[in-house]
Formats: sequence, structure tokens, C-alpha cells
Amino acid sequence: MTTFACAYELRCQECNRSYGNQPLTICDECFSPLEVCYDIDSAKGIVTRESIAAGPASIWRYAALLPVPAGFQPDLPVGFTPLVRAPRLAARIFEGGSENLYVKNDAVCMPTLSFKDRVVAVALANAKAFGFETVGCSSTGNLANATAAQAVRLGLKACILVPADLEQAKILNTQVYGARLVRIDGNYDHVNRLCSQIAEQYNWGFVNVNLRPYYSEGSKTVGYEIAEQMGWKLPDNVVCPMAGGSLIRKIKKAFGELIQLGLVEAKDVKFFGAQATGCSPISTAVKANTNDVEPQRPHTIARSLAIGNPADGPYASKMIRATGGWAEDVTDEEVVDGIQLLAETEGIFTETAGGVTTSVTQKLVRQGRIRAEETTVVCITGNGLKTTDALQGKYATERAVKPRLADFAEYMNELDSEKEETYAN
Amino acid sequence: MPIKIILPTAFTKHTDGTKQLNSNAKNLDGLVADLESAFPALGANIKGEDGKLRRFINVYVNDEDIRFLGAEKYAFQDGDEVMLIPSIAGGR
Repeated sequence: MTTFACAYELRCQECNRSYGNQPLTICDECFSPLEVCYDIDSAKGIVTRESIAAGPASIWRYAALLPVPAGFQPDLPVGFTPLVRAPRLAARIFEGGSENLYVKNDAVCMPTLSFKDRVVAVALANAKAFGFETVGCSSTGNLANATAAQAVRLGLKACILVPADLEQAKILNTQVYGARLVRIDGNYDHVNRLCSQIAEQYNWGFVNVNLRPYYSEGSKTVGYEIAEQMGWKLPDNVVCPMAGGSLIRKIKKAFGELIQLGLVEAKDVKFFGAQATGCSPISTAVKANTNDVEPQRPHTIARSLAIGNPADGPYASKMIRATGGWAEDVTDEEVVDGIQLLAETEGIFTETAGGVTTSVTQKLVRQGRIRAEETTVVCITGNGLKTTDALQGKYATERAVKPRLADFAEYMNELDSEKEETYAN
Repeated sequence: MPIKIILPTAFTKHTDGTKQLNSNAKNLDGLVADLESAFPALGANIKGEDGKLRRFINVYVNDEDIRFLGAEKYAFQDGDEVMLIPSIAGGR
């Protein structure tokens, strides 16, 4: 693993004012979001395909291109998830099929089975460097799990704030790591606002508040991995779920850095955003050809994407349209269909957000925006085991069969006639 | 009875540390004008080129986003608690 690291610092995305490195998320001049900027040119000839390949099979193989403090010794093998060809899914959504459809499968991202492990890993590396002893987040699931688990690993205390009506399973999946979990009598937006006030009063590192600029850079690793796993080539299209609108932009940022470093050939990749219709402020803005993102009150089963007032929404809308891409949204019924479609075709059980992305991909193909001859990567960001409630009632518990071969054969015939398919013996 | 305005820490550089003030503003435009009058340095920074509050500054009235209440058209009620918070939400 190379010991070289790009110099980096926080800069305002609007007025370009520099802030060095500190736990800060807002420019105190124009109050716009801060972003990590790098001296990428300094990495030319040092960060190479070979130096990356010599690194660990995790996001840390790209550490030189991440805002990771000097001396941080990562020991968690986060990320480097499979990029798999998806011909069976392609056969269902493209007329005539396609050999060019891929799924980036963060349903198996370690350690907590969502892409949030990537962002939390980078945020907590900085939390340690800034001297925080307690970290936290506002969350409704994946982020809470990732923060709680990785905090334990780093010897940090975790305080997680969630809306009071959160499902018991999600609460348990966070509490099991020993985190302090606070249920707030309000919705996610209330929780988020409270966290921004707590971060001002308490000396805590909130991964998605005062550590947010560093946190969001972890998303770049999805882009690096896609490029490397495609043999250091960029795809024609990327389909990505959108909540706050950060991930899709960071994948593009990663591609841009790899082009700048000469590790991939320059290419105009089209970016496509996916939302649930019940919370679709960014796709609505893209369709209206505007950067003005109007807030919505979320009402969808895709809770992990349900941010009604997305901070990066204006930037995401602008970026998607500039690449020649598009954004679409799908109903809750289509979300469930998407979960089932991906599981039945590619053996990947994704959460509701992945159902959104799969169904939106299908919709984009039908609209002719994505074509079979183009290389397309669909980003799946979470695991279906966390949102099994979405499939409630979809599968009946079948009757028990007596442990005799004749009974089994009779039952098979029964099922064959019901489902009009044959399991040949 | 005036409304109560609560400012985020990010603003305090321009308000001599003041984080809370009362105002008789009738609506959002009045609130921005009041802030500008009380803290000229802040006023210069919270408005965009169009003279309106920058898009990254969210305004909440008694826990509700003012855009759900009619935005500029909303008439402040006596005793309203108005909170300004830079937009940092994201990542669930």
C-alpha cells in the first residue's frame, strides 16, 4: 500500500474559500456546503494502476485519493464489493437482452451490508484525528448500523438519533453494537435538525453533520471500484439511487480524478438518478430542467432514500443534466417489483433503495434513454435483509408435505400446474 | 408580541456572537431586512444575487419548513419561533 497521500483541504463549493481541515460543514461567509478538494496532480505517476492493485482488497487501496489523516491505520476491510455482469436481468429489461449490463453490489459491503460503510469509514478516520471521543449520526437504518459497528471497532462511543417510529428491527441492528440510541419524537427532518444543533453544543463528531465533507468523500470509492473492476475503463451509463444527492456526484468526481491521473481514458459518462415517487425532489427538478429543488414531505417505503429536502439536490440536478443523463422515479409497488426482479434474475437481495434503482433502470430502458449496446452499471447500495417488511404478504407459507417421495412428487405436480413451469425430474 | 429568531453558530461571526433576537418582521422579506439592519455584515452574506435568502439557508417556523407554509407569502404569527439552519441534511 502506497504511503503517498494527496494533500487535501475543505473549500466552499460556491465562493471557493479555503478552510484547511477541521470538523466543519458550512462556509461561514456564504453559508454554502464545504467540499474536500485535492491536489490530484501531485499523485500523477505515484498513484498508478499497479500501486492500487498492490493495496488491500478494500476501499483503503484508494487511501491516497481519500481525505484520510496521516498515520491512520485502517484495519476494517470495508468495500471492494463485487461488480457482476447481469445478463439475466438484462434479458428481462432489454428487448433482445444485453451483455453490457452490470450490477455494483453493495448489498454485501462489509461490515454492515450497505454502502454507508464506505462513508462512515472515512468519517471516523477523521473523527479520531480531530480527537472526538463520541461520534453520532441522525439515521433511519443503514447509517446507524454502520456508525455503531465501526465506532466499536475504533474504540469510540456512539450516540445515534432516530425518529421514534423506527421499526424495531432497525433499532436492534444498532443497539446490538452497544451504541446509545435516542428516539426522537418527530420525523427524520426533525432529527436531522436537532443533530445540527447538538453538534454545535456538544463536542461530538456527527458523521453526517460536522464531519459531512469527509464522510461524503467515502462515496468516491464506488466510482474507483467500478472503473478498476471494469478493467480500468469507464462505463457509458451509471444508474444511482438518490437521497441527499451526494453519491451520484461523488462517483462522477471519482471518474474525473481517474481521468486526471491518466488511469482511465476520458469518457463522457451519462449519470441517471433514481428516486421513489413518494420522495422525488431531485428527479422532479431534473425533469423540470432546473437546479431549484423544491422540498417534499416523504411518503414512501424506500425510507433510506426519503430525504425531502436534499442538501446536494441542486448540484445533483445540475450534474445529471450536464452529462446528458436523466432522473426517474417509481411507485412503491414498482419498488417491490424491482426487489423481486433483481433477486429472481441475479440472486441479489436488495433493500427498498435497490428496488428503486432496479425499477428505474427498467423504466429508463423502456424510455430509450439507456440502450443495450451501451455499458451500464446499476448501483445497488443496501441489503434486502434489512427491509424484509417491504415483502410482507408477497410469499405465502406453503403447506407442509409428508416426508414421502410420492407426496413430494404430487406436490411438485401441483406447483407446476399452479405456476405454469416445470421442475423436470 | 414579536417573533423569536434563532441563528446558527455559522452566523455568529457576523453577529458579534448573537444567536437569538426578537423581531417584528411580518414575513420572510421583513425578517431578512431586520437581520440586515441589525447585522449589516450578516445581511451582505445571507442574500444571493437575486436579493433573496441564499438557497442553502433553510427557514423553519415552529419546526415547519417555511416553504410548506407558503414561503415569502407566510405571515408570521405572534410568538412564532423562527429558526435559520444551513442545509446540511443528508445520509440516512
